[in-house]
Amino acid sequence: MKRRSIFLNTSASLGFIFLYAPIISLIVYSFNESKLVTVWGGWSIKWYGELFKNDQIMDAAFLSLKIAFISATLAVVLGTMAGFALSRMGRFRGKLLFSGWVSAPLVMPEVITGLSLLLLFVALESAFGWPAGRGELTVIIAHTTFCLAYVAVIVQSRLVVLDDTLEEAAMDLGAKPSTLFFLVTLPLISPAIIAGWLLSFTLSLDDLVIASFVSGPGDSTLPMVIFSKVRLGVTPEVNALATLMIAIVAIGVVFAMLYMRKQNKMLAAAQE
Amino acid sequence: MSSLSGNVWLSGFSNWTARIGMFLKFAKNFNWGRFSVISVPYLWLAIFFFIPFLVVFKISLSESAIAVPPYSDLLDFNLEEAYLNIKLNLGNYIYLWEDSFYLDAYLSSIKIAFFSTIFTLIVAFPIAYLIARSDQKYRGILLALVILPFWTSFLLRVYAWVGLLKKQGLVNEVLMSLGIINEPLTMLQTDFAVYIGIVYTYLPFMILPLYSALEKMDISLLEAAEDLGARPIQSFFMVTIPLAMPGIIAGCMLVFIPAVGEYVIPALLGGSDTLMIGRVLWDEFSLNRDWPMASAVATVMLVFLVLPIMLVRNKSGKDEAL
Repeated sequence: MKRRSIFLNTSASLGFIFLYAPIISLIVYSFNESKLVTVWGGWSIKWYGELFKNDQIMDAAFLSLKIAFISATLAVVLGTMAGFALSRMGRFRGKLLFSGWVSAPLVMPEVITGLSLLLLFVALESAFGWPAGRGELTVIIAHTTFCLAYVAVIVQSRLVVLDDTLEEAAMDLGAKPSTLFFLVTLPLISPAIIAGWLLSFTLSLDDLVIASFVSGPGDSTLPMVIFSKVRLGVTPEVNALATLMIAIVAIGVVFAMLYMRKQNKMLAAAQE
Repeated sequence: MSSLSGNVWLSGFSNWTARIGMFLKFAKNFNWGRFSVISVPYLWLAIFFFIPFLVVFKISLSESAIAVPPYSDLLDFNLEEAYLNIKLNLGNYIYLWEDSFYLDAYLSSIKIAFFSTIFTLIVAFPIAYLIARSDQKYRGILLALVILPFWTSFLLRVYAWVGLLKKQGLVNEVLMSLGIINEPLTMLQTDFAVYIGIVYTYLPFMILPLYSALEKMDISLLEAAEDLGARPIQSFFMVTIPLAMPGIIAGCMLVFIPAVGEYVIPALLGGSDTLMIGRVLWDEFSLNRDWPMASAVATVMLVFLVLPIMLVRNKSGKDEAL
């Protein structure tokens, strides 16, 4: 028994090292003075300065942040509706098909999603003249579509485990469906909605393949710029950018988790 | 409304007003809130998720043309002579079948996705098992450690491996300083690097469903097996594995399906001979500008993946990432 647990601990620790070694190496090398990634030239923050001076990266970063913000917000609205429809509205016509459409984007290879959306936009443009050209708007629509699925699944799984006695009590007290939703259900599922928004935001910020298909020639998102730089070779600024993004995400995740923990404790206390 | 129907002046309309009245009554009782909550996301997904596949299928049957957009029309209307001509071009599919390049790319993608799924399972299992058996108060932290990389940029995580695996990269440096190898190994731009990349980026999708299956497992079953004389290795294969099966299947599907169509990982880590269908589709689309051929490639890939996608439909483990 003892021997097996040593084996288990060793292999699990190796697994965690495998998960974190690349991330840590990115962070360490972002502070490397030397342009050559292989040579350690001492600690320096000069690549962070270079990063902020690089207009191409900065413009792309602002475009990506804007797209991510709008798509995440739209995805949260639509995804919450979808998750709610699937878990709180009983049966309706075409529910099976709907639940299939909600979960399929989660595993659909990105090249298929990207190509199919591009062809749809082209067909729509030649038939109705909308969307005129491709760019920010088409990327937002594409990102909203796949982020919607993530939000729906998160909201749905939260609603399924949520005790519905509070909602029943509100209904017994005469709350209208809309009041019930905004005053009772929404606060109860707010951790899921926040998690869904954050996840959508990071997914949108990270997407390379779908954005490459559906964006226009002038609108390069941040991942598109990073990808083209990385393919060309050594890019210490990208290390600095990566470190900043990892830091922001890590802080965000820690706060989200603390918040959810607090919420869960409050819920548990309220239910006792 | 019904009082109007008695009016002589309006008697001709009585039928109408009654109908309008019925409609208004229906509209009043109809649950608009419920209707819109369901139909808005439904319509969105129909237009931007489902219909695009039909468009892809349609364009896969057209011919490539030097035009904007670069494909021929399937339908040919002529109102004056009242004919509708539908041209279906199966040429792309025939070409797909006859040119061994595409078949090789499909088979090689499936092979790479299959073996990476197995490797991911092997790496993920001990981690999931350890978390599921660890003390309740550490579980949250350990799970958070698994989820955190999943929240950081996928592209940048793949890029990090470029720095680790290259000739003068960290892995070679470490191996040489330990005296395990004398010369740097070529790891970047090989299939090996692609396997590493896939296992690495999809690891959380395997760990989470495995964890949730293992967590539900009743420990006393293992004790019972031991009491009945099973060796640990026996009870692992005859008790633990069967009970973890739903998690294993869900995790494998979550890794396998996206891995088949992967583009970024082979493009950054693989060599020019690493043949994967996602990359072929991309090149067909952007380098050759042959949209009908790219659509045919996508359609066939989708047909391959429909069954695994159906399998994963209600078992999605990604939601447990949160």
